[in-house]
Amino acid sequence: MSIIVENVSYTYMPGTTFAVSALDNVSLTIQDGEFVGIIGPTGSGKSTLVQHLNGLLRPTSGRVIVDGIDLSAKRVDLKKVRRHVGVIFQYPEHQLFEETVYKDIAFGPKNLGVGDDEIERRVYEAIAQVGLGKEVLGRSPFELSGGQMRRVAIAGVLAMKPTTLVLDEPAAGLDPQGRDEILSHIRDLHKQGNLTVILVSHSMEDVARLVSRVIVMDKGRVFFEGTPREVFRKKDDLKRIGLDVPQVVQLVQKLKDKGIDIRTDVLTIDEAKSEILRILGRSAQ
Amino acid sequence: MIRNIALGQYYPADSPLHRMDPRTKILIITVFIIILFITRGFLGYALLAALSVSSIVASRVPVKLIYRSLRPIVFILVFTALLHLFMTKGEVLFKIGPLTATWEGARQGAFMVTRLVLLIMTTSLLTLTTSPIALTDGLELLLKPFARLGVPAHELAMMMTIALRFIPTLLEEAEKIMKAQMARGADFQSGNVIGRAKSLVPLLVPLFVSAFRRADELAMAMEARCYRGGEKRTRMKELTFTAVDWIATAVFAAFVLGSLVASFGFRG
Repeated sequence: MSIIVENVSYTYMPGTTFAVSALDNVSLTIQDGEFVGIIGPTGSGKSTLVQHLNGLLRPTSGRVIVDGIDLSAKRVDLKKVRRHVGVIFQYPEHQLFEETVYKDIAFGPKNLGVGDDEIERRVYEAIAQVGLGKEVLGRSPFELSGGQMRRVAIAGVLAMKPTTLVLDEPAAGLDPQGRDEILSHIRDLHKQGNLTVILVSHSMEDVARLVSRVIVMDKGRVFFEGTPREVFRKKDDLKRIGLDVPQVVQLVQKLKDKGIDIRTDVLTIDEAKSEILRILGRSAQ
Repeated sequence: MIRNIALGQYYPADSPLHRMDPRTKILIITVFIIILFITRGFLGYALLAALSVSSIVASRVPVKLIYRSLRPIVFILVFTALLHLFMTKGEVLFKIGPLTATWEGARQGAFMVTRLVLLIMTTSLLTLTTSPIALTDGLELLLKPFARLGVPAHELAMMMTIALRFIPTLLEEAEKIMKAQMARGADFQSGNVIGRAKSLVPLLVPLFVSAFRRADELAMAMEARCYRGGEKRTRMKELTFTAVDWIATAVFAAFVLGSLVASFGFRG
């Protein structure tokens, strides 16, 4: 199931003096099973784009086609689309409302008309997928810690069994450990659950480590796209629009500038480590 | 979508009415309402109506906006007019079934309707020409003398200011939560009244939670900057009476005296 965005433009409050163009002729395709990262400075249109992927916003012009369904068509079953494309917004813990964690996770599937037995199965599965124990199911979501609340909110979307998962800054505001845990769960979901994942992030490190393709947005347009290696090679272009490359990339660049013959297309700390060890004449264990 | 709702109904423009001190405007409106209910006779009302209409012209507020403020009370106006027309005893004008319309009723109905129309027109002129913040500032200063009697003037004004400030924030928040729940398959549009009320729970609970969180954070931030109530606070924008205020008051007083004289004649 693929997502095709065709020449989409979106203007907030069109026809008034407050009109703001948030997306400007954006075209992109996301294939089944991909792990795509979207990066861009604040106000580049990432969040607006994300809301088009499940029909929360309709393009001012252009088309969005999800799994063959044209979302801009007049009569379109948006619930069906929202079952396939799960969107997790920034700070999703702010959407929790039920008395118990169980009921909150069950909210999505219930809206889709899933039977009670199946809901129960999905709730247990979803809570395990985000790495929380069954014992939290009976508690109030408002008693949990911030990191736990966020996982419950993510579980609430997973319980709808989407085939594509869109995450807008899923790790924002978490401590380093919480961040690593959330991201590793997302990676597992992609690998084991065969989910298509679209990750919107400000962290170049996370993007470099996780995704197979990066889309860079700036001023409502696709600035460029490519593999993380291709994208992070264009350090100057990224800097110009207010982004940067991961810190390890900066490190190897500086080593290269000092005259050390080092590969500069490393992306992760592990890659940099083995490259540095190679130059030092030792092998990584 | 929700964001487009205008806050209050302030219409920014440059006119003598906009330049007036909010205190003058509030006081004038208060006196005007009292006069409106004690005036009698055609000439008295004609003078008050002339005052209102010339104020509207001077305010440069589009007539459309004034008309919009009258629309919600059209039903009350019609109802009042009919009630007076048929329920007042006097010289018979015409009869429909058991109902008898009288001359006196028609007269009284017309006065009552004029009264209500002028009331709504002038009070909305106040909110149309005064920004909500200026209005609360004016109220605070007017209530200040009553602080000795235990009226928390500054606190009341601060509460109003904060409430006004947070309306757009809460609307934005509501829109965000609504979208998040819609992404989880929630449906806010269809269903009967009870179903729709129920569907608001997933919106209202998070909205209240976040409103309390915001209140907590704001209180903390204010205390961190040593905020403590109204005692001896100075303000950034001091309100001052200017020539406009004196002229407006004089014009207003002339019309009001005229109207009172027209209603009751000279006695004394």
